[in-house]
Amino acid sequence: MIKLEKITKIYKNSEIETIALKNIDLEIKEREFVAIMGPSGSGKSTLMHIIGCLDKPTSGKYYLQNQDVSKLSDDELAEIRKNKIGFVFQAFNLLPRMKVIEQVELPLVYSGIGYKERRERAIKALRDSGFPEKFWEYYPNQLSGGMQQRVAIARALVNDPLIILADEPTGNLDTKTGEIVLDTFQRLNFEFGKTIVVVTHEEYVAKHAERIILIKDGELIDDYKVKDRIIINHNYHTLK
Amino acid sequence: MKIYDLFKEALRSVLSNKLRSGLTILGIIIGISAVISMLSIGEGAKRQLAQSIESLGSNILTVFPGIIQPGRGIVSAGRGTAQSLKMKDVEAIKKIDGVKAVSPEIIRRFQIISSAGKNTNSSVLGVMPEYLEVRNSKIQSGRFFQEGDIKGISRNAVLGPTVAQDLFGEEDPIGKTIRINKVSFKVIGVLEPKGSVGFMNPDEVVLIPLTTMQKILTGSEYLSQIAVQAQSSDLVEPLKEEITKVLIKEHRVSPDNPDFSVIASQEFLNTFNALINTMTIFLASIAAISLLVGGIGIMNMMLTSVTERTKEIGLRKAIGAKNKEILLQFLIESLVLTLIGGLLGIILGILISIVVSKFANITSQVSIFSIILAFGFSSAVGIIFGYWPAKKAANLDPITALRYE
Repeated sequence: MIKLEKITKIYKNSEIETIALKNIDLEIKEREFVAIMGPSGSGKSTLMHIIGCLDKPTSGKYYLQNQDVSKLSDDELAEIRKNKIGFVFQAFNLLPRMKVIEQVELPLVYSGIGYKERRERAIKALRDSGFPEKFWEYYPNQLSGGMQQRVAIARALVNDPLIILADEPTGNLDTKTGEIVLDTFQRLNFEFGKTIVVVTHEEYVAKHAERIILIKDGELIDDYKVKDRIIINHNYHTLK
Repeated sequence: MKIYDLFKEALRSVLSNKLRSGLTILGIIIGISAVISMLSIGEGAKRQLAQSIESLGSNILTVFPGIIQPGRGIVSAGRGTAQSLKMKDVEAIKKIDGVKAVSPEIIRRFQIISSAGKNTNSSVLGVMPEYLEVRNSKIQSGRFFQEGDIKGISRNAVLGPTVAQDLFGEEDPIGKTIRINKVSFKVIGVLEPKGSVGFMNPDEVVLIPLTTMQKILTGSEYLSQIAVQAQSSDLVEPLKEEITKVLIKEHRVSPDNPDFSVIASQEFLNTFNALINTMTIFLASIAAISLLVGGIGIMNMMLTSVTERTKEIGLRKAIGAKNKEILLQFLIESLVLTLIGGLLGIILGILISIVVSKFANITSQVSIFSIILAFGFSSAVGIIFGYWPAKKAANLDPITALRYE
């Protein structure tokens, strides 16, 4: 589903050129749970931005569902982000003035979907991500970090995207709440067959995925199946 | 993104910082209400003037000695200095077709003393019996001059109501004696009040027979002006040309350099309207500057808002908002601010013009034009001053925006 061919990204800052990514070849299949791992400054975030269509590669080709998206315009990329990609960020990125239910509805607003359908789909996304109903009318600052991140997951889920991209989703959380978030990802992967890509620098977090892609200095240095994978809840009904 | 959702978002963000939005809106309110009230006062002044001229009679032409050009400088320039009009001109004008009545007049200012010892300084007009008809005046009490007064050079006077009040108060002035420039006159009548017409007050006059003015008070036969009443207002323009032709012949002067001017009352109106328009535009421009300042306030607030919400813009882009949608969202936000300000400003402007006309004795007239103008102006301010911040927001790079702290 995702296929990167010789993806290179170079940032030009006045005279200095920084090579963020060098000839990355990568394939991610549907329903995979992948972790992109690497130390800070390795280029893993850049890779995630390119996969998430937030950024364009300097050279190379990126096929998303067999469509070459590496040369698309800003508006075309926005269209792809809207329909096919769900983002989860380290800092949650919730809007302070909106209630939980409205946060989740927001992507649908840009799809031009009417109020009633929006509400229905937001409720479904909140239920699917296991977010307790009594907090639906709360504002973000009334919620704990773990809760806020689960709102963000529901928001990423509401457009029924092909992939959910999570950039250090547990970075701002303690281990215990971090596990709740990772459990939510595993459940979405097992029960709903969502493709999930988590970017992290922690091996412990990466071990919740089934496959790890190791990035260092902008190069892909390893790509392997996780042998001792951590599965938080074994009761999920697996679609695979 | 639906229009409804755009407005909802805009309103949400305007309401999220009530104090800041309120202060910004206040800037627009002040600007719009100033423009509205200035335009209203200008409009009111024009209406008032038009009514005054109407009451003088729209079918009146006035012949002045010397050259007067309405619409260029002061109307009374040269008045009284040139001496070219005589009674034989009046006779010549009376013979022109379309002339209903002619009122020759001599105007001087004199000190007037009543028998009771009160005094006032007032215009004294030497007039003929035609004065009443031509000047659209009426007698309130007593009688007006008759042919006998003219022929007999009688020392009778008719008082304007203001002068009658000044000299005699509540007493009946009929039959009393006044002294004009040390000459005694008997009061035979009082005029009905007419109200000021802006440049001359027909209530503040003393009328005496023209012949008495010529022979006793001034010793000169030259006239100050000749008021000509046309049979209908359509005839004013042709009569103006005809009178000019006749008088050029009478005076034996070159048509390029006449020693008199013929001015229709409509021309006075135009002259004064031009003057009022200039004043109104001047005042409204000053008011518009405050609107401009209000607009800068909007831009300032929107720029702050864009900076504060950089992260939000990044997120909106990440979940699929196009640049155009971000632009529209911020543009509508500033439009909502100015429209609220515009609406409140119009209401305040109307209130100000009502208060001004109630307490400051200035007529004001709120016109639909000024409301449409103000509304259009405030939306334009919203769009123009909101565009740059909105464009700035729309052009943000999503990754940089997401990382912004």
